[in-house]
Amino acid sequence: MKIQLSKLLPFCILAAGMLWSTSCGKPASASKGGALGSDAASRVYVAPGQYDEFYAFISGGFSGQLSVYGIPSGRLLKVIPVFSVDAEKGYGFNEETKPMLNTSFGFVPWDDAHHPELSQTNGETDGRWCFINGNNTPRVARIDLSTFETAEIIEIPNSGGNHSSPFTTENTEYVVAGTRFGVPYPQKDVAIDSYAENFRGALTYISVAPETGHMEVAFQVLLPAFDYDLAHSGKGKSHGWTFFTTYNTELKSSLLEVNASQNDKDFIAAINWKKAEEYIKQGKFREMPARYASNRYDDSVHGATSTMKDKVKVLIPEECPGLVYFLPTPKSPHGVDVDPTGEYIVGNGKLSADLTVHSFTKMQEAIAKQAFETTIEGIPVLKFDDVLAGVVTKPGLGPLHTEFDGQGNAYTTFFISSEVVKWKVGTWEVVDRAPCYYSVGHLMIPGGDSRKPDGKYLVAMNKITKDRYLPTGPELTQSAQLYDISGDKMELLLDFPTIGEPHYAQGIAASKIVDRSRKIFPIEENKHPYRAMGEKETKVVREGNTVHVYMTMIRSHFAPDNIEGIKVGDKVYFHLTNLEQDWDTPHGFSVMGARNAEILIMPGQTETLLWEPQREGVFPFYCTDFCSALHQEMQGYVRVSAAGANTPLKWKLGDDVMQ
Amino acid sequence: MKQLPRLLMFLAALSLLALFIWPMWKIVLYAPQYPDGVEMHIYINKLGGTSPGTLQNVNILNHYVGMKAIEPDSIPELQYFQYVILALVFLGLVATAINRRWAFMAWLILLVVLAIAGIYDFYLWEYDYGHNLSDTAPIKIPGASFQPPLIGVKEILNFTAVSLPHWGGYFFGLGMILAGVASWLTGKTRRA
Ligand SMILES: [Cu+2]
Repeated sequence: MKIQLSKLLPFCILAAGMLWSTSCGKPASASKGGALGSDAASRVYVAPGQYDEFYAFISGGFSGQLSVYGIPSGRLLKVIPVFSVDAEKGYGFNEETKPMLNTSFGFVPWDDAHHPELSQTNGETDGRWCFINGNNTPRVARIDLSTFETAEIIEIPNSGGNHSSPFTTENTEYVVAGTRFGVPYPQKDVAIDSYAENFRGALTYISVAPETGHMEVAFQVLLPAFDYDLAHSGKGKSHGWTFFTTYNTELKSSLLEVNASQNDKDFIAAINWKKAEEYIKQGKFREMPARYASNRYDDSVHGATSTMKDKVKVLIPEECPGLVYFLPTPKSPHGVDVDPTGEYIVGNGKLSADLTVHSFTKMQEAIAKQAFETTIEGIPVLKFDDVLAGVVTKPGLGPLHTEFDGQGNAYTTFFISSEVVKWKVGTWEVVDRAPCYYSVGHLMIPGGDSRKPDGKYLVAMNKITKDRYLPTGPELTQSAQLYDISGDKMELLLDFPTIGEPHYAQGIAASKIVDRSRKIFPIEENKHPYRAMGEKETKVVREGNTVHVYMTMIRSHFAPDNIEGIKVGDKVYFHLTNLEQDWDTPHGFSVMGARNAEILIMPGQTETLLWEPQREGVFPFYCTDFCSALHQEMQGYVRVSAAGANTPLKWKLGDDVMQ
Repeated sequence: MKQLPRLLMFLAALSLLALFIWPMWKIVLYAPQYPDGVEMHIYINKLGGTSPGTLQNVNILNHYVGMKAIEPDSIPELQYFQYVILALVFLGLVATAINRRWAFMAWLILLVVLAIAGIYDFYLWEYDYGHNLSDTAPIKIPGASFQPPLIGVKEILNFTAVSLPHWGGYFFGLGMILAGVASWLTGKTRRA
């Protein structure tokens, strides 16, 4: 490499004047090391065996999953399957989790997961659950942080592109789901050109039960068919409100990059959800037809059930005064972020050169004055100057998202100028800036969208990595970059690849989660209908063409491990119970010719793999998770006879013929 | 002050009741895969551990080298030992009532004899588990025994085994000390 460069050097010197943008003439700020903080390595070094200080939950974007990293080390701890099937863990392949991916469209094995959001109590992250939205087939998932598994997925009815979601209220009363696409409401066959008349945008409030976390679609607010981009709920003084950004207030359906970028100002929609609760109580809602799935996983039966719902309560702003106000905000605002006090609402106008900040207090005063600029479908539009708190002038290009450090500073990402800019809340002055490699989208400070930020680290998530890592063909990884923000200046410490495309992320002090993390499932609490609580309970039961194998696993054998009497055309359900009661002793199960995946069974759990043998023969099965010194011996055989054969059903373990 | 020996004897008798609350002994196995150790607890009437799965985990580890599974139902001591302790508590209260040196001494001697018998019995069980190995063990190491230490620390293959009294055992020892002090004080007051 060096030789090549030195050979090229004379040419570069000659050409430098003309070819400023070639690699030899890179501007200093784009040098590969970047503004690396001094002593960065030791500050992200978490010695082998030591724990990280924070968990980071980083969305997997189009992978559909949620990744868990340790901060500051950037070590990947787990990928939690959420909206996409995961053959590694059997998620969506075993019988128990298939219902989790059920929707009104049937089984959907993929989604685009964007915004993780931790549950909060009194505006502070509490480490109980992490929510995340599915964008394409509108859904919201709840991940249980005691198991790090997806516990619930609810579909959002009459919505299209669930992007402004899930963004919790400060006691996790609700998570929200605003539609990115206007769609006919309810869905029907109409001309796309009739967008302005026929299309609507629904903002959905999903209630979260305080003890169980169970989600229900509580109500929807039906608004004009703008594109509802992002959201954040109020906190402190603004608790009771949610703010949604909009673009395409032009109401166009084609060539949006031009047509939806014409209005000088779009809106932030402010929803008074406490008022909405009153209207619901008073019965001022309409019941609309809907079709959506509510899927819940139950740790006691180790399985999920899917329920279809057919109605939704809808509030129409014209019939519910005081429910919705529009705050004019320049140029297609993307993120909307509320500072820890709840006073300031930052509209990140992505096509604007400035950053607009609204005041909650001024918004309340403007509402009291009733001096509205205009009204759209019964929704008052407040006057821009009446609600404006301040403007961060020319901080960068393409502002997207803002987080807070709890010390009066805000940090905003700029996609186009590829940087994070630090500014002071209240004086709106820019105090620092740090480059990102490259094209940063979201950023995350642990607790940075809550009332109590932990302002030590900032993670910026980049869409483009180009030359940052060893090349891997045309498709390159996306990345996250860790900055130390404890001082006056942001310092880049670390740069690490992510799974899928990271959108938003959440961070939380590890201490809030570590002690809640479960080690095993107590076997005596296993209520799976096909469990075998010990080797004495194992059996093989034939019901017509369906065969249920009640099998156990413990280091280092299956019981039974020899099965005969299976026939071509049978549907064989292997119900595996892991009898282990020790931490980190899962066993896996795979059988030759299975056209789904392996299953991975945690201690005390039961999981089921469906196997449909197509040919006669004797087929091996084995444990896929290296469980013990005799893991390789953890194997068995199942004999398959012809469809009409009368091979008797029998099974055994060692010399014990069990039947 | 005059009642002090009697009070001590009373406390000595009661201290044995701790055996109904806490284990009398613990055996902890440390290995690379068990950084926190597998800690088995021996109560007077059951076997347990720091987690409900401890005994199963010990049995899983032991079966590789052909040790037989530890089944609480097959250990008769776990059935009757609690009655021995109750009888000792009762006799201790009788000694308190008698309030004589010979009674205190007699109870103390009984305690010491039973403790020695108990430890010997424990040794026999350990010897049996450690030496009585299955012919079909997956892992056979010629000449090796897997007997845990009676008390103290011992390296067994990849494990470090630690065997020590638990709270119940310490209270049993406290009972002995209290009874001994009670006897000694009664002797002293007599002479004085
Ligand atoms: Cu295994």
